[in-house]
Amino acid sequence: MSDKKPLLRLENLTKHFPITKGVIVQKQVGAVQAVDNISFEIYRGETLGLVGESGCGKSTTGRAILQLHEPTSGKVFYDGVDLTEASNAEMREMRRNIQIIFQDPYASLNPRMTVGSIIAEPLEIHNIGTAAERQERVKELLELVSLNPFFINRYPHEFSGGQRQRIGVARALALQPDFIVCDEPISALDVSIQAQVVNLLEELQDEFGLTYLFIAHDLSMVRHISDRVAVMYLGKIVELAPRDAVYENPLHPYTQALLSAVPVPDPVVERKRKRVILEGDVPSPSNPPSGCRFHTRCPIAEDICSQEPPIWREAEEEHWVACHLVK
Amino acid sequence: MTTDKKIEKKNNRIGESRSPLQDAMREFRRNKIAVGGMIFVIFVIFVAVFAPVFSPYDFAQQNLRNNRAKPMEGYDITESYAAEKCHWYDTPMEWGCTTFIAGSDALGRDLWSRIIYGTRISLSIALAASSVSLVIGLIYGTVSGYAGGNVDNLMMRLVDFLYGIPLLPIIILMTVYFNAVSRQGSDSPIVTALIKLDNSAGGLLFVFIAIGALNWLGMARLARGQVLSYKEKEFVEAARALGAGNGHVIFKHLIPNVLGPLLIAESMAIPGYIFLEAALSFIGLGVSPPTPSWGAMINEGYSGLRSNPHLVMFPGIALSTLTLAFNFMGDGLRDAFDTRLRGRN
Repeated sequence: MSDKKPLLRLENLTKHFPITKGVIVQKQVGAVQAVDNISFEIYRGETLGLVGESGCGKSTTGRAILQLHEPTSGKVFYDGVDLTEASNAEMREMRRNIQIIFQDPYASLNPRMTVGSIIAEPLEIHNIGTAAERQERVKELLELVSLNPFFINRYPHEFSGGQRQRIGVARALALQPDFIVCDEPISALDVSIQAQVVNLLEELQDEFGLTYLFIAHDLSMVRHISDRVAVMYLGKIVELAPRDAVYENPLHPYTQALLSAVPVPDPVVERKRKRVILEGDVPSPSNPPSGCRFHTRCPIAEDICSQEPPIWREAEEEHWVACHLVK
Repeated sequence: MTTDKKIEKKNNRIGESRSPLQDAMREFRRNKIAVGGMIFVIFVIFVAVFAPVFSPYDFAQQNLRNNRAKPMEGYDITESYAAEKCHWYDTPMEWGCTTFIAGSDALGRDLWSRIIYGTRISLSIALAASSVSLVIGLIYGTVSGYAGGNVDNLMMRLVDFLYGIPLLPIIILMTVYFNAVSRQGSDSPIVTALIKLDNSAGGLLFVFIAIGALNWLGMARLARGQVLSYKEKEFVEAARALGAGNGHVIFKHLIPNVLGPLLIAESMAIPGYIFLEAALSFIGLGVSPPTPSWGAMINEGYSGLRSNPHLVMFPGIALSTLTLAFNFMGDGLRDAFDTRLRGRN
């Protein structure tokens, strides 16, 4: 599917949130290292799945790409343009190409606006078309996401979660972007509705040649939709490989543990299966462990793991991993 | 053809929608007491606008031969006097020209007329104080909450500081100062302009200033809190991701959401404004005579409470029914707009 041309490239992207103290004069006493020094590429037309536990920095990565959180350091190249250096006006133009779909369909739509004005908002911001043309476009978009165009004057509270999420998708599509960050778009939905939204996203990808960064913690859904999968732990990417390589042959012990948590829908296999149970909690991102960040919970950690951070390297073809013990 | 029509009809029904406002109004209409309060308030507004029609005499018209008349007591006046001064002369209500409906005060002014004109004072206080505090509070709170950080800190500390100042002594000092100056005249153009303005407002200016200064603080805090919570919502983030600037976010997303709670807070605060004006007038810091403030009227009648209770009773009834009506209306609005309190849906 992908023609190996990177559409988006992250270089040492870092986002630290400062922790401040003091009432009048605030001084920084630390930082939450939400995203620390990550680099990867997303090819045109592909879907990159980004998985990891809650609080590991998945959403922050997505928001840092869109410059909704200004990265602490590092660069984000979109089609060769560095977004971190872009001026406000340039960024505004770039936003036509990069869009985001949010996790919570209840919080991502303004309750005081009609569906029509919500979907027309991007067109309004970028001064596209007359009011009548926008109305037509909104109706098209509603049909595109399988909603009745007659819903145009309704308010978000009159819709179900899945319908609201589709309104969010329509809004993201209004400017005809190339790249969409899907920030856990299905986590807040019922299982029965999840498939609807995921299938819609896939159809739209085929139709418009979209590129997705698909953030999720549902491993089977990521397997379904992704071409490649990146695994994050505590602000770092620990493994990145084509989907099948990650699921069939996980190299990093954290990925192995994650995958073993997915139940197998076969009672015989499930009973015999050995699960890797991780001990303890995720350490605080404001004070991450030395060396490999995973060594405090790693079942196979050795001395070197607590001393030196592992190098990000290509262990097998196109299979990148950050672990000392992978040969 | 018929199926086409059916589909069209069905689609039109799908297109129907109820806005959050319509929902709230429906909920409000269910609340009988609140609707009653609102009807009464509308009635009082009507009375205030057409006060000359509802009152036989002007509020300042003295009739010293008929002072401290009891309610429904007859007038001792000449025909020519009535023809000249009475609004109701030559109408079906002509009996009101020769009868004190609610009695008269120490200067023989018709109490009924003064109460009717008094609605103007109370309502103008309600309108002016609530709109001034709403506008200032909304702007101040939105700026503070949206800017955040040190700006927010500074602006809110100023609000805290102003909250800590006891305003009553300051109003007393201001009133005393301006009264003294207005007798002597002043060199300062600002003070002269203020005195002129105060005189033309019937001595209401300082009441406006006092109530405004007191109440925008609370509104600013409320607006700031609302803005703080809404600006972190995902729909604001979505607008940013679409390339929206600060103006768009503030005017399209924040203010429409913040305005509702603020309006409700104002409607709940209006009885307080009316009461504060009456209280200030009662202790002699409010309007200057002969402006017919209910509070001032209660003060005037208060010394003769035993012999002429009607001088306190009628303004008191007017004051308490109006505040009560505003209270009921405010409660109803709050319940209607607060979806969390809505049991059924």
